[in-house]
Amino acid sequence: MKTRFRRRLVAPFAAAGVIGLALAGCTGDIAAEQAEDVDCSDYEQYGSFDGAEVSVQGTIVEVEADRLIASFAPFEQCTGVTVDYQGTQEFEANIEVLAQGGNAPDLGIFPQPGLFQRLARGGFFVEAPADVESNVDEFWSEDWKAYGTVDGTFYGAPLMASIKGYVWYSPSEFEENGWEVPTTLEELDALSAQIAEESGHLPWCVGLGSDAATGWPGTDWVEDMVLRLHGPDVYDQWVNHEIPFNDPRIVEAFDAVGNYLKNDEYVNGGHGDVQSQLSVPFGEGGLPILDGECSLHHQASFYEGFWPEGTEIAEDGDIWAFITPPAAADDPLAVTGGGEIVGAFADREEVQAFQTYLSSDLWANNRVAEGGVISANSGLDPSVASSELLSQSIEILQNPETTFRFDGSDLMPGAVGADSFWTGIIDWISGDSTQEVVDAIEASWPAS
Amino acid sequence: MTTADLIDKIVQVVLGIAVFIAVIGLIMFLVDRAPKKARDFVQLIAFLAPALILLAIGLIYPAARTTLLAFTNNAGQWIGLDNFVWMFTQPDALITLRNTLIWVVLVPVLSTVIGLAYAVFIDKSRGEKYFKALVFMPMAISFVGASIIWRFVYEFRQAGDPQIGLLNQVVTLFGGEPQRWLQEPPINTFLLIIVMIWIQTGFAMVVLSASIKGIPTEQIEAAQLDGTNAWQRFRNVTLPGIRGSLVVVITTISIATLKVFDIVRTMTAGNFETSVIANEMYTQAFRAGEPGRGSALAVVLFLMVLPIVIYNVRILRQQKEIR
Repeated sequence: MKTRFRRRLVAPFAAAGVIGLALAGCTGDIAAEQAEDVDCSDYEQYGSFDGAEVSVQGTIVEVEADRLIASFAPFEQCTGVTVDYQGTQEFEANIEVLAQGGNAPDLGIFPQPGLFQRLARGGFFVEAPADVESNVDEFWSEDWKAYGTVDGTFYGAPLMASIKGYVWYSPSEFEENGWEVPTTLEELDALSAQIAEESGHLPWCVGLGSDAATGWPGTDWVEDMVLRLHGPDVYDQWVNHEIPFNDPRIVEAFDAVGNYLKNDEYVNGGHGDVQSQLSVPFGEGGLPILDGECSLHHQASFYEGFWPEGTEIAEDGDIWAFITPPAAADDPLAVTGGGEIVGAFADREEVQAFQTYLSSDLWANNRVAEGGVISANSGLDPSVASSELLSQSIEILQNPETTFRFDGSDLMPGAVGADSFWTGIIDWISGDSTQEVVDAIEASWPAS
Repeated sequence: MTTADLIDKIVQVVLGIAVFIAVIGLIMFLVDRAPKKARDFVQLIAFLAPALILLAIGLIYPAARTTLLAFTNNAGQWIGLDNFVWMFTQPDALITLRNTLIWVVLVPVLSTVIGLAYAVFIDKSRGEKYFKALVFMPMAISFVGASIIWRFVYEFRQAGDPQIGLLNQVVTLFGGEPQRWLQEPPINTFLLIIVMIWIQTGFAMVVLSASIKGIPTEQIEAAQLDGTNAWQRFRNVTLPGIRGSLVVVITTISIATLKVFDIVRTMTAGNFETSVIANEMYTQAFRAGEPGRGSALAVVLFLMVLPIVIYNVRILRQQKEIR
C-alpha cells in the first residue's frame, strides 16, 4: 500500500520537476544592472520621480531596441523613473486599436508621420509640453518640426533619422577607371553610360524584393527624382495629394527613374535582366559591387549594415556612397529620409520629463554613441557616430541649407504608400507603361 | 525574466484556475438549489449561457461590426456602398475576385477527383497503408511550410547559373529556358493552386477511401454477377454509395479554398496578379490602413462561403433522414 502510494506520487513529482527545470530555462536571472557611474547633474532638470513608470512602444526591435533601451538608462538612474519599452513590428497595425480601446502606452514612437497625424486628428495625443517644443525649436529644422505639427498644434518631437538616396559604389574601382563622383543628374546618367560602355558589366544593380513589401526600394527612387527634378514644394503637394498622382511632373520623375530601372543596358548587374529586380531581396541588391559585377547601387544609409563583415566602408575603402546628385550643380542639397516622431498618450509629469529628455541633445548624443543610427538633432556631435558614413549623414542633416523631406510613401495614406505605390512599381518593372501605373495609383487614393 | 517573475506567473496561473473552479462550483451549487418549480428553466439558462455569451462576443458581435465597418471609410465615416463599388471596379480588386473564383473551381474538383481516383486504385491493393500515408502526409505540413517547400521548387536563377529550383532544373535539363514561374501571370496562380491541391488531395483520399470501404460487398458482388465492367460498377455502385462523403469533401475543401491566405501570402504576397480575397482583405485592413475595404472583402467572402455551408448542412440532414 505504502509503496503503491509512493509510486503514484513519483510520476507527478517527476513531471513537476521536469517542467520546473524546463521553465527555469526561460528565466535568465540577470545580474542587477551594472550601476555605471553617471554624472547626474545633467539630469537634474528633469526632476525626480521615485518608482514612477513610463511605458513606451514602437516598431524598433532586436539590436536597435537594446541600444534604445541602453540610451534610457542614465535617465532612469538619475530620475528614478522606470522606462518600459516594448518593440513590435505590429505596432503600426495595433496602435490605433489600442488607442481606441484606451490601452495605449504613455509614449508611442511612430516611424510614419501619416499615421502620427491621423492619430493626432483623432484626438488621441496630448499636446507636447512647452519644454519639448523649445527643445525642438532649438535643435531641429522647421522641416522636421512640421512633421510633428498637426493643424497648427505641436504634438511630438522627432527622434532618430536616416537618409535615403545614397548611391553606393566602390572608390577603388572609380579610381582605377578614372570615374568621377557625379554632381548633377546628367552626370549620373553620363557616368552610367560610360560604365556600361567601358567596364564590360552593367552599371547598376538593384533589388526590389521584400516579400509582402516588394517594390518599396523603387518608391525611394521615384521620391528622390520628384524632389530633385521639381523641388520640395511639388514634393509636398504630391504627397498631400494636392496634385494628382498622375500629374505630368510625376510622370516625368517616373520616366527619369525608368531611364535606369527599365533600361536593360543599365540593370541588373550581377543579378540578371530588368525583371530580376523584383526577385532579388533588397538586402542583396548591392552586393555584386564587391564582385565587380556592377558599380552603382541606390539605397538608404542603413544599407551600411548589409555589407558582409570585413567590408571597409570609407571614402578610401572598399565601399563608399554619395548622395543622389541634384538636377543642377548649384541646386540646394535636398535629401529624402526617414525618422521617428514621439507621440504622447498621457501627460503625467514623469511622461513629460521623459519626453523632454528624448527631445534633448543629451539623449541624441547618448543614443548615437550606442551606434547604428543618427539623428537630425543639431546638438548632436557628429564625431560620436559609429561610422564615417553616419558622421557624414549627420553633417548633411545638420546643415541648415539642406532641404529634408520625409519618405513620401510614409506620408501618403496606407492604401497608396504601403500598397498601390509598391504594387505599382512591380507592375511598372513588369512592363506596364508609366501612364498606366500612375493612373492606377491615382485611382487607388482613398477619397477622404 | 527572473526566477521570481516565473514563480509570480505560475502563482497567477494557479490562482486563475482556482478562481475559475470556484465560480463554476458556485454556479452549479446555486443551480442545484433553485426552487423546484423553475429548476428546469434555471438549469437550461445556466448551462446554455456560457456558450451563448461566448458566441455573442466571439462571433455575432464581430460579424455585425465587420459588416458595419464595410460601409465606412478609414476615418470611420459612413460612405454607403463605396467600398463595394471599389471592389467591383478597380482592376486590381477584380483580379482578386477572378483569382478566388479560379481557386474555388479548380482546387475542390481536382483534389477530389485525384483523391478519389487514388483511393479507388489502391483499394485492397497490397501496401495500401503505405500508399495512403504517402499521399496523406502533406496534410500534416502547415500551409506556410508547404508554401516554402514549393517556393523552392519554383525558384528561379538566371540562365547559365546553376538552377536550385526543381522545376527550372527539369526545364533546363530538356534544353528549355528557365522561367520566373512565380512572376508570370497567369501561370503563377495555377502553380499556387497546385500547392493547395497537393495538400488537400490527401484529405479527400482518406475520407473517400474510408467511405468506399463502407459500401456493402453484396452490392458489388451483385453487380459483378450482373456482368458489369469495372467502370460501370464504379459509376453505378461506388459513386452513389459515397455521395454523402463526396459532398462533405468537396464542400470542406471549397470552404478551405475560399479562405486560402497562407499560400498566397508566403509565395508571392499577392503580387504579380496572384492575390485572392483573404489575402487582399488582410492587406487592405492591416497594411493599407483601410479597414472599410478589408471588411467589405470579408463580407463578400462570408457571402460566398454561406451557400456552401447551407448546402453542406442540408445534404447531411437528408442523409440522416435516409438512415
